[in-house]
Amino acid sequence: MSADAHAAHDALAEHHDGASHGSMRGYLTGFFLSVILTAIPFWLIMGDVFRDARTAAIVVLVFAVVQIFVHMIYFLHMNTKSQGGWTMLAMIFTVVLVVITLSGSFWVMFHLNANMMPMSVHDMNKLP
Amino acid sequence: MSTHTTITPGDADTPMFYLAEEHHPENGTLLGFWIYLMSDCLIFAVLFAMYGVLGRSYAAGPSGADLFDLTTVAINTAMLLFSSITYGFAMLEMEKGRQGPTLVWLVITGLFGLAFVGLELTEFAHLFHEGATPQRSAFLSSFFTLVATHGLHVSFGIVWLITLMVQVVQKGLIPENKRRLMCLSMFWHFLDVVWIGVFTFVYLMGSLR
Repeated sequence: MSADAHAAHDALAEHHDGASHGSMRGYLTGFFLSVILTAIPFWLIMGDVFRDARTAAIVVLVFAVVQIFVHMIYFLHMNTKSQGGWTMLAMIFTVVLVVITLSGSFWVMFHLNANMMPMSVHDMNKLP
Repeated sequence: MSTHTTITPGDADTPMFYLAEEHHPENGTLLGFWIYLMSDCLIFAVLFAMYGVLGRSYAAGPSGADLFDLTTVAINTAMLLFSSITYGFAMLEMEKGRQGPTLVWLVITGLFGLAFVGLELTEFAHLFHEGATPQRSAFLSSFFTLVATHGLHVSFGIVWLITLMVQVVQKGLIPENKRRLMCLSMFWHFLDVVWIGVFTFVYLMGSLR
């Protein structure tokens, strides 16, 4: 019984001993994708490619999100199977919290800013 | 693992206990470290939110477009990206059990990390020289808080890296050291991910008029 448990235990440990490992091919793919995904946004901003700042900001943000995914997959070896899916679950939970924190802060603070616009004397006199 | 010694052979109940307790022998540390990284991610999320709220409050002081030198930032980004790939090479050598090449790649990683921190400190010194101190405006306060927190993480990562190199030299690539190197690997790549957010959100978008 004990020996069986040992064997099963070792097989299990052998099978997934923590994070999944990378390969040379994986690291190089990730690196070259990252170089491209970094160089393009720098070129877009430094070369003033977009006349509209809002368009430029959105495009640059999209590149950042794609690059974060590239890093997650090729450098941090994220997948749905490592640690029985718990790393993925922890990350999804964190992403939800991050999205709530960021969008909530911007939403609330933007409205506060809008309400705190400089008032004229006329407005002030109407205050209760 | 110490569990091998705790089992008394012949006892029918112990193996059950053993299976329940040690289901994932190596996994605990790495999963725990991942959860730490996620909590660190929340710290950075809050700092990003703060910068997003205050980043345009210049108090009639200099703006990002006036201050940021994107060439320096691009070199800095390259340093961190190079250090990420060299750490990856160190991990590949570690898996093959080759101590010498592992250490060489770790040294190169550390040098790229030092170059990053050095360039960032030079940039800060330049900003201070121009009067763009954290006290100047809400934008600069939040900028220094966010970027310096990341820089501090990289600095501590370098200290950790040196510590691990000493341990590998002393004890070799034993399982404990491999586990530690894997934790630092996650930490290092995680900092590179945070830097993507910094150079995009702070530097590139801050340089837009």
